Amino acid sequence: MKPHTLSVLVENKAGVLSRVTGLFSRRGYNIESLAVGICEEPGMSRITIVCIGDDAGIEQVMKQLNKLIDVIKVSDLTDNERVERELALIKVTAEPGTSRAEVMQLATIFRAQIIDVAAKTIILSITGDTEKIDAFEKLLRQYGVKELVRTGRIAMLRGSKMLKGVK
Amino acid sequence: MKTGAKILVEGLQREGVETIFGYPGGVVLPIYDELYDSSLRHILVRHEQAAAHAADGFARASGRVGVCLATSGPGACNLVTGIATAYMDSVPIVAITGQVPTSLLGNDAFQESDITGITLPITKHNYLVKRTEDLGRVLQEAFYIAGTGRKGPVLVDIPKDVSMRSIEYDYAASEPVTLRGYQPTLRGHAKQIDKALEMIIEAEQPVIYAGGGIIASDASEELVRLAETLVIPVTTTLMGLGAIPCDHPLNLGMLGMHGTRSANYAVTESDLLIAIGARFDDRVTGKLDSFASHARIIHIDIDPAEIGKNKKVDVPIVGDVRSVLQDMLAKLQKKKSYDRWLTRIRGWKEKHPLQYVSDNCLRPQYVVEELSALLKGEGIIVSEVGQNQMWTAQYFCFRKPRTWITSGGLGTMGYGFPAAIGAHFACPDQTVFDIAGDGSFQMNIQELSTVASNNIPVKVAILNNRFLGMVRQWQELFHNRRYSFTELPPVDFVKVANAYGVDGIKVESCEEVVPALKAAIETDGPFVLDFRVEREENVFPMVPAGAAINEMIGGKQE
Repeated sequence: MKPHTLSVLVENKAGVLSRVTGLFSRRGYNIESLAVGICEEPGMSRITIVCIGDDAGIEQVMKQLNKLIDVIKVSDLTDNERVERELALIKVTAEPGTSRAEVMQLATIFRAQIIDVAAKTIILSITGDTEKIDAFEKLLRQYGVKELVRTGRIAMLRGSKMLKGVK
Repeated sequence: MKTGAKILVEGLQREGVETIFGYPGGVVLPIYDELYDSSLRHILVRHEQAAAHAADGFARASGRVGVCLATSGPGACNLVTGIATAYMDSVPIVAITGQVPTSLLGNDAFQESDITGITLPITKHNYLVKRTEDLGRVLQEAFYIAGTGRKGPVLVDIPKDVSMRSIEYDYAASEPVTLRGYQPTLRGHAKQIDKALEMIIEAEQPVIYAGGGIIASDASEELVRLAETLVIPVTTTLMGLGAIPCDHPLNLGMLGMHGTRSANYAVTESDLLIAIGARFDDRVTGKLDSFASHARIIHIDIDPAEIGKNKKVDVPIVGDVRSVLQDMLAKLQKKKSYDRWLTRIRGWKEKHPLQYVSDNCLRPQYVVEELSALLKGEGIIVSEVGQNQMWTAQYFCFRKPRTWITSGGLGTMGYGFPAAIGAHFACPDQTVFDIAGDGSFQMNIQELSTVASNNIPVKVAILNNRFLGMVRQWQELFHNRRYSFTELPPVDFVKVANAYGVDGIKVESCEEVVPALKAAIETDGPFVLDFRVEREENVFPMVPAGAAINEMIGGKQE
């Protein structure tokens, strides 16, 4: 059992996301992370799903996904060289004169951006892989994380290899 | 200018549909108004579930797409069991449902239900048509998807305003269906076919395990030719009965939970299992680890997701079963003699025939055997679910494909009677029998009104034991005969039939069986036979749940 990163190219139509996610729950697989957006092809969207399972289970999920009429292509990126990113917005307590300087220093180290400053809090935006964001969030906890919003993971193959094509 | 309703009705006719099964209601009024003058035949059922089953029975008997129609909300929800039944057995139907007007969608309007959401896991695909302009194309796609690849049900949900609005629409201008996300593989991979043929030559004890895919792809002829050319024995699943004649010397009969001992022993001892259009269902395999555990496996199936789903496969071949078998037959060069294996199998067949106690008691198996003898392999036999289904599978001699219609995957009680109605419209010249239990028959007994009012000559043979027999059998064998809620009060089915205007006979002894069956066959219209059979008869042999398929109880022991 290990996390698999699946990239699913779908028709950009109403209800497609529920067809895809419904299949996971129906067949007994948990989705760890999910990200959806339009892609380079007009009329299509790409769904990136992280799902934990053994190889046989993941193969079955991929075959079942392929059977959905609105699914154009399914790829498992797990065993390929790839880049992966997530984005998080973190609202953290950072009062002037106390912790604000330290929080800003941590942000610099992690290359996070300060995107909002208020009297008692600031909002940080950070991108990176899961581990980096986890580490950043953990460090910020001592100052008081008021709110945390994370996107699902997105992924892309390194080099000139592409995910495109029809099944 | 054409209304959506007109586009729908004309579209159905352009798809070659002659008969649909349905039930009217509020939001399908525009469609029913269009049907009023149409040459499309509409059969009014008495419950929407029956419309779905009838469309399914029509599809299985004819090989064409069956169509049912229901209104929104309760009408659509009543189709659900029928759609799920078709989905589990890969039967091509198009279910058309009315929906509340688009302006009210999501508003909890009167008789609104999210039927595309509800049927998401039980349809091959479904559509909510929001614009009249899309209706023609959606209908074409629905028929295309339902009837190609691994077949299955497609639902088309049409809001009332979509069917009422008029637009300019020209069928001739519509483009052929192209779906970039749906391109089923039909031709088998040549190298895989070569590998399979090599493996067949290497084998000493091969068995063909043929499923419903043979029937669905009309590949019975190819199957029999392959088996005869290679001289390899064949066992079929419940869904595959009729793919090879019951009395063919190479036929081992059905395998699995209520299969023959010879079929189950042969699969267990085999060193090569050739699975064709079958899906290693749990009722077939029993304990999975012991199923064909000495065998290498070739698996031919149109659905890549079935390959390796339950059992690791050595040579997968994805493709339409008929096309793959044709390619295999064309490439066959070498042959081999499996004489020693065939002799062993003949021994099992002789030693372990299917059998039941033959005495003066009216036993259900006897009724099925006599019907089989009278019809001589002709006619279409539909069953309900439970003991009646298993006895029919065991004791009726099926000689042709599409003459056996049963709910295999979902196991839907109440399926048989309405499916028999559908089968009649597919094959109006054939005698159609629904072999029922008293429990199952009462799940769609209201269709007596449908057969009476349309004089549909479907015959119902009720094996009436006043029990939910299969559940009772499990209670007897595994729950100390604690018959918890499985005993049914006596029902006089002849009186019920008469009340609907249908003739019937009650049968209480063996001598009455043949004359009663003859009377039913000779009657022009519908007929009900109420066989008061031995109450606690069991279906044997039987593989207990979780056991290996060669660990059978009942029937003749080794």
